[in-house]
Amino acid sequence: MTQPVTTFPLSMRIFHWGMAALVLSMIFAGLAMVQSLQTWQPTVLALHKAFGVVALVAVLLRLINRLRSRVPELPSDLPSWQVFAAKASHVLLYAALFAMPISGYLMQSAAGRAVDVFGIFTLPPLMSADLVWYGVFREMHSWVAYALIALLVVHIAAALQHGLLRQDGVLKSMWKR
Amino acid sequence: MSMIPRHKVTSVAIIGFAVIALICAFLYTAGVFGNNQVTAQQFVNFQQGENPHLGFRRAHAKGVCVRGDFIATGELAAHTRSTLFEAGSTPFIGRFSIGGGNPSAPDLESGVRSLALSFDAGSDQQWRTAMNTPPVMAVGTPEDFYAQLQTLMPDPETGQRNPERIAEFFANHPETENFRRWSAQYQPSGSFASEQYHSINAFYLINQQGEQQAVRWAAVPTVQIDENQYADTDQAANALALDVRDQLEDGTIVFDLVFTLASSDDDENNPTQPWPESRQQITAGQLVIRQLEQDAAICNNLNFDPLILPRGMQATNDPILRARSASYAESYRRRARETWLGKEQQQ
Repeated sequence: MTQPVTTFPLSMRIFHWGMAALVLSMIFAGLAMVQSLQTWQPTVLALHKAFGVVALVAVLLRLINRLRSRVPELPSDLPSWQVFAAKASHVLLYAALFAMPISGYLMQSAAGRAVDVFGIFTLPPLMSADLVWYGVFREMHSWVAYALIALLVVHIAAALQHGLLRQDGVLKSMWKR
Repeated sequence: MSMIPRHKVTSVAIIGFAVIALICAFLYTAGVFGNNQVTAQQFVNFQQGENPHLGFRRAHAKGVCVRGDFIATGELAAHTRSTLFEAGSTPFIGRFSIGGGNPSAPDLESGVRSLALSFDAGSDQQWRTAMNTPPVMAVGTPEDFYAQLQTLMPDPETGQRNPERIAEFFANHPETENFRRWSAQYQPSGSFASEQYHSINAFYLINQQGEQQAVRWAAVPTVQIDENQYADTDQAANALALDVRDQLEDGTIVFDLVFTLASSDDDENNPTQPWPESRQQITAGQLVIRQLEQDAAICNNLNFDPLILPRGMQATNDPILRARSASYAESYRRRARETWLGKEQQQ
């Protein structure tokens, strides 16, 4: 019988913190750029789209890596509703991390626009321009963003609860060896 | 009764503070606590007024959709790596429109006419441009433009513009002089086909060596039409659209697409300043409009965002140009949502 692991493998920790930085940056950029008329707006918009493609590739690799890794068990004394909340919120987080870039690419497609990735290559639109589908995907992109923000707040609050109140090693398992 | 351990109180406080701070950061960025600068939403709110025409563009709501081909001469090809300007032909979708947010406004009463074009020659050669009859902007920043629109708005009580406020605005903004001079001598023609449409803002062309050249462009008419035959009829409200229909029934509408190259003396980031007529001009090709597009949805589906540029063209730092994308996107989002939800008005 193998020893139970107490920390996430290094690859998962890199994915976690790397994507944490990326996703938070994307959310703040997105919230600001849909309002701003300042000169930085088109530049940030272009970066948001290109990094969206990076985020889609990253979450795909991350999911594959997650399914191949041994991960620590939740503490055995954790109330069952918290176990359920932990598992459900992680499934929803992954779903949102996929839905964000996919809805972004779909809304660009429905606008008939290609997505330029750092000037290296472009992803062609998947359809010709269509106002109704643009409406659907544009609003979807927003609603998924709001859901993701809510999930992140819950996720961070729960992580701090584990780290500071329960001190049960759950936060540490993503923090250090 | 047992005391709650001190470290737990501190921990709850830290967690609460962190969560509230994070939520506040999101809300602040989303503008919930207000914005110091004019936003795209405020701008579009202003454009649409109290009674928006749901499902329509918030600016240039009334227009006519056309199709044609851009026949490039190849003369501009040395200045840009965009393949659109190599000698040859690229189809485009175009839209003539009049200024304003009213989709049933009388054609001949609008002070601004526009030509928007969308080229799609592969995913890195998409180009959209929205050109207007004025060659320059009155002001050079989105804040000033917002203030200008507010100044020009009729007083809600009298229904009249306030000439004193307008005079004061122009006095405080000497950069409006070029626009005003153009405005004073501009005579609207009898047809969309006989107007000259300007990019207004400047862009960079990027050549194969990676060198950039600031340019503006204009669609220059090839005909002169002073009178509109529908002007004094009961169809005057759609005079310009009917004229386009008539012309395309047995012919084409042709413009020269002429690029003007800036010199080092010109400020490409200032849209209020015309460039001297002595600047080098290159005719990139001809815009040959061949047919009326009967399916209005073809144009309605498009956002003529002037920052959709082919590889080989880039935006300058002109503050007006860089404000256009976000405001066009907000208008597009609103009418898309309304159309999706079936709230659009019948014209």
